[in-house]
Amino acid sequence: MLELILLSVAKVMGIVMVFVMAVAALLTWIERKQSALIQNRVGPNRASVAGLRLGGIFHLAADAVKMLTKEDFDPETDNPLMFRLAPFLAVVPVMLLFAVIPFGPGEHFLISNVGVGALFILAVSSLGVYGSTIGAWASNNNFAMLGSIRTTAQMISYEVSMGLNLVGIFMIYESVNLQDIVIEQGSLIWGWLPAWGIVLQPLAFILFMTASIAETKRAPFDLPEGESEIVGYFVEFSSMRFGLLALSEFIGIVAVGATAAVLFLGGWQIPWVQGTGGWLTVAQVGAMILKTLFVVWLQMAIRWTLPRFRYDQLMRLGWQYLLPLSLLNIFITGVVLMFVEQGRI
Amino acid sequence: MLDSQIEYIPVLIMLAICSAAIGGMLTLNFLLGPKRKNAIKNAPFESGEKQIHSPKRRFSVKFYLVGIFFIVFDIEAVFLFPWATLYRQWLRDPAFAWVAFGEMFLFLGILSLGLVYVWRRGALEWD
Repeated sequence: MLELILLSVAKVMGIVMVFVMAVAALLTWIERKQSALIQNRVGPNRASVAGLRLGGIFHLAADAVKMLTKEDFDPETDNPLMFRLAPFLAVVPVMLLFAVIPFGPGEHFLISNVGVGALFILAVSSLGVYGSTIGAWASNNNFAMLGSIRTTAQMISYEVSMGLNLVGIFMIYESVNLQDIVIEQGSLIWGWLPAWGIVLQPLAFILFMTASIAETKRAPFDLPEGESEIVGYFVEFSSMRFGLLALSEFIGIVAVGATAAVLFLGGWQIPWVQGTGGWLTVAQVGAMILKTLFVVWLQMAIRWTLPRFRYDQLMRLGWQYLLPLSLLNIFITGVVLMFVEQGRI
Repeated sequence: MLDSQIEYIPVLIMLAICSAAIGGMLTLNFLLGPKRKNAIKNAPFESGEKQIHSPKRRFSVKFYLVGIFFIVFDIEAVFLFPWATLYRQWLRDPAFAWVAFGEMFLFLGILSLGLVYVWRRGALEWD
């Protein structure tokens, strides 16, 4: 038991506190630098250490110090406890998502091999809505309340199709356990095509990415915080509390990247390479990290390419396009699998 | 303790570590940040105006409808998960294949009918 506890502490520190936090912190800089490049601006470039600027990468440290040394004041609220709880409720669920993500073969690169892996992700990711809802409710602010009602409606709308999109994946790989799904994706169809989720479920991949971006409240689905319209659900949060709410968004991007990599891009599998062990394991962990970073980059590029939706467009996309398409995807998958199992394909 | 329950111990440990890390960051901020409070600073942000009504009032019934639809469709999705993992296994049994196929597509059909109904009633339109 003690061994299990120590091992889990080491894995949590390694995966979440080092890898995820490092990527999330780096994303705060990449996001601003990439948007600057897309919009033909210079972007952050002021912070320097000993005269070195390196494209403004020291803004990471500067931001952290600034967040920590600002005043954290409570607004006049009748729910101070809930107000203080909100950053925890926003950040802890997105961090917990990494508990079931297999970063490599075997049990050493996986914090917990929970049998219901994918369902754990769906369940825990939906807890994230409490952070913004309770935080805004406790802020006692009209703008925050508007933002939080929009957030709640948006997140629960897209959660339905997010769950239904994954049904096709469960049907093909016959499991909800993420490690099993990744192992199944190592096989080849017709001897040459990797059996990745994106190959077998291309429609589900597009729908899943759309729903996930809506779940992480990023542009083009950033109505909850739409800077130029309503200020957002975190108006009343200052200093590190605001920093944590922003951080939860960046960790959410990494979580979506890792989940999409595991379910649709073959996880740690390197195409046409079978087996594990030794240096191959190292390469496979590297492949998983690369795939995660690719999906993260994809989300960044989408954010700075598409304009924000109007609210009615957002709800129409969720209920009238994504949901029927998800049902259609399940139907098509069921029919095709019927033919496959009868040996006709 | 069952093996399947032991798998949740790392999750609990992770919960504790993450909460501690966040608590640590907030405590550090509390220790480092200035504390100069006054009534105007603590007033709710309203672009310099006084708040004329409390934010806690009734909101549009459409949001309530979205909540109800979410519960209905999400529960239906939950019924699909166990079927999805067993579907291929059932298909391999020739006697059972058409039952596995038919029963769930009956269910999916009813689910789609419900969607068509709320759609036709205009409940999915925002204006």
